[in-house]
Amino acid sequence: MRAPFSSLFAGRPRRAPAALALFVAAMAAMPLVAGDYLLSVLILVLFAAYLAQAWNIMMGFAGLLSIGHALYIGIGAYASAALFVHYGTSPWIGMLAGVTIAALAGAAIGALSFRFKVGGVYFALLTIAFAEFTRILADHFGWIGASSGLFLPVANRATSDVWHLRGAPVMFYYLLLAAVLALLALGRLLLGRRIGYYWQAIREDEEAAKALGIDVFRCKLAAVTLSAGLTAVAGVFHAFYYNNLYPETIFAIGRSVELMLPAIIGGLGTLFGPILGAFLLTGLSEALTNATADWGIDGLKQLLYGLVLAIVVVLRPDGIWPWIAARLGLGAAPHPPASRVPPSARERSEGALPQGQP
Amino acid sequence: MLLANILVAGLLTGAVYALMALGLSVIFGVIRIVNFAHGEMMVLGMFGAWALNRFLHLDPLWAMPLVAAALFLAGYALQRGLINRFVARPEHMQFLLMLAIAIMLTSAMLMGFGPDARNVQLDYAFDSYDLGGLLVDKVRVLAAGGAVAGAALLWAFFRFARTGKAIRACADNYLGAQVVGLDVKRLYAITFGIGAACVGAAGSLMLLLVDVHPYLATDYTLLAFIIVIVGGLGSLGGALLGGLLIGLSEALSGFFIDPSMKSMFSYGLLILVLLVRPQGLLGRRL
Repeated sequence: MRAPFSSLFAGRPRRAPAALALFVAAMAAMPLVAGDYLLSVLILVLFAAYLAQAWNIMMGFAGLLSIGHALYIGIGAYASAALFVHYGTSPWIGMLAGVTIAALAGAAIGALSFRFKVGGVYFALLTIAFAEFTRILADHFGWIGASSGLFLPVANRATSDVWHLRGAPVMFYYLLLAAVLALLALGRLLLGRRIGYYWQAIREDEEAAKALGIDVFRCKLAAVTLSAGLTAVAGVFHAFYYNNLYPETIFAIGRSVELMLPAIIGGLGTLFGPILGAFLLTGLSEALTNATADWGIDGLKQLLYGLVLAIVVVLRPDGIWPWIAARLGLGAAPHPPASRVPPSARERSEGALPQGQP
Repeated sequence: MLLANILVAGLLTGAVYALMALGLSVIFGVIRIVNFAHGEMMVLGMFGAWALNRFLHLDPLWAMPLVAAALFLAGYALQRGLINRFVARPEHMQFLLMLAIAIMLTSAMLMGFGPDARNVQLDYAFDSYDLGGLLVDKVRVLAAGGAVAGAALLWAFFRFARTGKAIRACADNYLGAQVVGLDVKRLYAITFGIGAACVGAAGSLMLLLVDVHPYLATDYTLLAFIIVIVGGLGSLGGALLGGLLIGLSEALSGFFIDPSMKSMFSYGLLILVLLVRPQGLLGRRL
């Protein structure tokens, strides 16, 4: 089920840059026409898109399933917010601290897992374990407010102080938009480099990649570290946009799960999939909230949301972006991971328990 | 003596955990699908037993076989109708499917039973046995007894029944099982049904010990993962050992440190086992 070799080198259709330019222009002009509600929804979309892109580096590019990315959001959020609350440090400096800690945490988790050859489902469960462990630890860590929460002074929404990230939602909108576009460019750059090809090789067949002489350990470590550090950036924006932090919600496994959905629904390993997925899923969620609010039935919204997820996953296993892109003639290169594992690979991976005992 | 009481209570609760985890272990061991909706099925079992108690005044202990049978049928149908198509898909697709099922189950329970905590009123709820100073709650003994009986039944099924042996053959050698003419799809559906029945039975028993509400599900899913990995995925004895260990660890850390930190020690144990002995304490070397 591998895509033909040549598709990797297929030239990008000319329509793609034009479509991208149109998208950027529309998004940049949006605050001029959008009301407060629409702007707040678009900020949610951008948060979702950024996080899904950052997560996609690990899962989509290198094939490493992490269900614990809330850990890195929480680290970024708490590091910057605690420094700001206690010392008045600028969040940009706090971001430096948060990103560094998150990247180190990611590197440590990755190094431990890959050194001991923990892979597949076991790696995913290990990421959950670290996130949950940290959540309970943060619940009892007084310096960051423990379980009663950490609060930032309420922002003056009239002026925008970018250096201290105090300002109107529209400031966050443009910062997040810039972050999403920067990550898009970074993804494009990485996939065209040696490391991008190494990641995809590892994703498709780790043993074969090793046989080709790729340093699998270092490549996987690079993916985890980069993804963790980038995820922490969103944590900083989260803290200063919402102004309150609780370990219970920021480290929640529900957040880890939610942030990976746009990438999977949109198209794993693609550049635009996570962005499209963020629009679709956030839009779906908002539409369902508005539609079901009148009926006042608890849980109906979630039921429908789950139903849509199930339908998409049954009908479009490769995600929605590759399907749309092919129809619009935008080209879906780089190609997403194979949606069916060949039986031989399945037999071999067997839940990816270590082949060699540590 | 207080410590002994706590240890025994932890072990007895652990037995119910073990039955829950057995369900997960059976499903993963044979079908190689990680059931991320396991906690949701557990809570469904709890609500099933609650409804039988509320409307038919059935003791959760007697509700257990009925709930188990109902969940067997539901699990069978689910595997046949939906999950079977995902057996050969990569892990993240399976995860997404199970997640969608989990979301739908939770919200359906929220719609059906509401968000409030529910419990059963039993006239023996506060009885306890006094074994030479050692106080043991009656409900805990009954729950653990039910769990052990369920686990024994499962063991006997896989050891002696023809279908049980056939399922083991599927798990050992998928291709070989097909070659000798086993109906793998049907056996997979039975396996998922058995896993669901285990967790349903465990849910009925758990209702003797705790109140039920729809949001318990995620915690139980994670708990089942921890137990199964600590004990060894796919190993029946491992799930039992893991359940008892986690029950003990929860009881001890709740007593000595802080009840709100009890699951942190479970996660600590999980991380340790994954790094030092990833196949689990009793898992086979792969």
